[in-house]
Amino acid sequence: MGNALRFSRRSVLKTMTAAGGLGALGAGLPWTPAMAKTLVIGFLYVGPRDDYGYNQAHAEGAAAVKAMPGVKVLEEEKVPETVDVENSMESMINLDGASLLFPTSFGYFDPYVLKEAKKHPDLTFLHCGGLWTPGKHPTNVGSYFGYIDEAEYLSGIVAAYASKSKKLGFIAAKPIPQVLRNINSFTLGARSVDPTITTAVVFTGDWSMPVKEAEAANSLIDQGADVLTCHVDSPKVIVETAEKRGVFATGYHASQATLAPKGYLTGAEWNWAKVYTDFVKMVQGGITPPNLVRGGLKEGIIKTSPYGAAVSDAARRHADAVKAKFMDGSFVIYKGPIKDNKGNSVVAEGKSHGQTDIALESMNWLVEGVTGSIS
Amino acid sequence: MPPFMHRAVTHLSASVSALAVPAAAVAVSLALFGAFVALVGVDPVEMYQLMYRGAFGTWFSWQNTLTRASPLILTALCTALPAQLGLVIIGGEGALVLGALAAAATGVALNGAPVALVWPAMALAGMAGGALLIGGAGALRQWRGVNETISSLLLTYIAIAVLNHMVEGPLKDPASLNKPSTAPLADTYMIGTLPGSSVHWGLVVGIVCAVAAWVLMRRTTFGFAARMVGGNPRAARMAGLPVGRLLVVTTALAGAAAGLAGMVEVAAVHGRASASLVAGYGSTGILVAFLARQNPLAVIPVAVLFGGIGASGGLLQRRLDLPDASVLVLQGIIFVVLLASEAMQGRLRLFAFATPAAKEA
Repeated sequence: MGNALRFSRRSVLKTMTAAGGLGALGAGLPWTPAMAKTLVIGFLYVGPRDDYGYNQAHAEGAAAVKAMPGVKVLEEEKVPETVDVENSMESMINLDGASLLFPTSFGYFDPYVLKEAKKHPDLTFLHCGGLWTPGKHPTNVGSYFGYIDEAEYLSGIVAAYASKSKKLGFIAAKPIPQVLRNINSFTLGARSVDPTITTAVVFTGDWSMPVKEAEAANSLIDQGADVLTCHVDSPKVIVETAEKRGVFATGYHASQATLAPKGYLTGAEWNWAKVYTDFVKMVQGGITPPNLVRGGLKEGIIKTSPYGAAVSDAARRHADAVKAKFMDGSFVIYKGPIKDNKGNSVVAEGKSHGQTDIALESMNWLVEGVTGSIS
Repeated sequence: MPPFMHRAVTHLSASVSALAVPAAAVAVSLALFGAFVALVGVDPVEMYQLMYRGAFGTWFSWQNTLTRASPLILTALCTALPAQLGLVIIGGEGALVLGALAAAATGVALNGAPVALVWPAMALAGMAGGALLIGGAGALRQWRGVNETISSLLLTYIAIAVLNHMVEGPLKDPASLNKPSTAPLADTYMIGTLPGSSVHWGLVVGIVCAVAAWVLMRRTTFGFAARMVGGNPRAARMAGLPVGRLLVVTTALAGAAAGLAGMVEVAAVHGRASASLVAGYGSTGILVAFLARQNPLAVIPVAVLFGGIGASGGLLQRRLDLPDASVLVLQGIIFVVLLASEAMQGRLRLFAFATPAAKEA
């Protein structure tokens, strides 16, 4: 037994030395000159990149970057908003030579992206969330976001034409300003077609709750809603449930058209492919990307899913007309008078808040016509 | 052989066997996982080289691994301590979350007080939060006959709901618009990193707690009594041991360990409490405790191993285009193989001469 033990200990040591040597060899290998010219870009996603939602939208953007010349794209999915994301970024920088990073989840920003950016002042970090503040945050950090509620307004118009019961259903994660703005814009769009329409809202409490989302979808349909939409990380189960129950759905984040060939009307999508390829072109050309990028349909940050077969000609004409106004920048969604669903005036007669108005970013009300409450 | 030698050999071979079986389980798991990735067309040798490099191959990789390991040591203790009494507690995630919430609330409430007061207060609050939850599961088991595995699991959901309610309601920082969280801790209250590294002091906290837990369970009368309950609760009760008290105190201590992990997460990493605290450290801690065969000291190297698996996961995704779930597959294989190998404990021919049966022969 003694012999056997010694033998195994020796072989373990041998293996360890060999492995250590391999590790050192790998670490010591310099990047060849050809690779030095390649721009190494890291994308980090908080969930699975094939989620038909938030993360897939970003992964589609990364796929567009991959097709560009002179780049190498690294991807990591399901990276939690903890020290893990800091370590993953550091690992991409340290072991793979990444010099441009796209941490795509809102919660990555503070403190993880800020810490890494301070540690690597010569690298570029572009975060999705629109949180950069001049004077407060490092200059090698950029933050971008889109006014996706413009596309929600258009979805609302299309939904209004499709609905027979005049009841729409909205399944949302948390009652935070971004989500409330989407619910309100969707409802305002629908009520611009028919002021008798109502939207019932269910909050599930978190970004990825497939079981609760399916329950909410079924319960909204049972209550008479015949068009569903949502603001959760992955609209997959909601769109599938709607299709199974024979009602319509409008999508979010990415296109879910393939999940509901009959009932998918249109959807609000991110156009990260354009945003990311633009950023990468800037970095390749030696231009520092702007620290804060925001925009909607006009700037090409947002797009809408192609209309489904169930969308009527009248609905298409109406939505296209409003879309044209968004494209020339003349359309304002939040134009008074607007009341909340408790009867209080939230935007006074004659007042209006354009898309870039900071007042909209702390929205804490649901518009008239929405059934449901925030707390 | 003479009795004293026999005792020494028995002791030695028992510890060798205790080490060899989990080590063999890990080796078998690695072989199985290698076959698994080979099936999807990835070269297993290349994969293990990459994994080694991502986990231990460079100084940076070591720091990455150790940072990931530190919460796992404490959450593993949450399972390993009650296991001495024969209990299976799987509520580490909930204890961590509740501890983090209590610690963050304390840190924010004491804003302005000296660090020397705030850190102990936050640690105590965190430990109390965790102790309340897991001690509660112990009490339910003792006085209501509720299965502690199920109750600790379900209490975790309650803890997460409490966290969400508090950070979106009473404790919400009005400035945290789109990511509801408590007010941030002042920078002076943040726990720093070990000199010359990016690893925070939580690692030292974890190691100290693991050693303390080992001393408590192996070198004190309390621990002896606890393990006696684990061996045979009826006999322990007949012997006059306060089984109920041992059970509640041990589960509370276990919860306190995970609660302390929550405090460290808040004070060293997040700087506030938010839903991001639910990151799965509690559930990975269960695997760590089982692989360490519930030995508080063994928890340390096993947590480092799991930290390393986590740290190398990113590299596998990036270089080999494997999905994130591949690391979960490896963890799952290790867990299943390990449970199966428990049956082998003490039955290997190599160690057979030390078993009573062999002695008779």
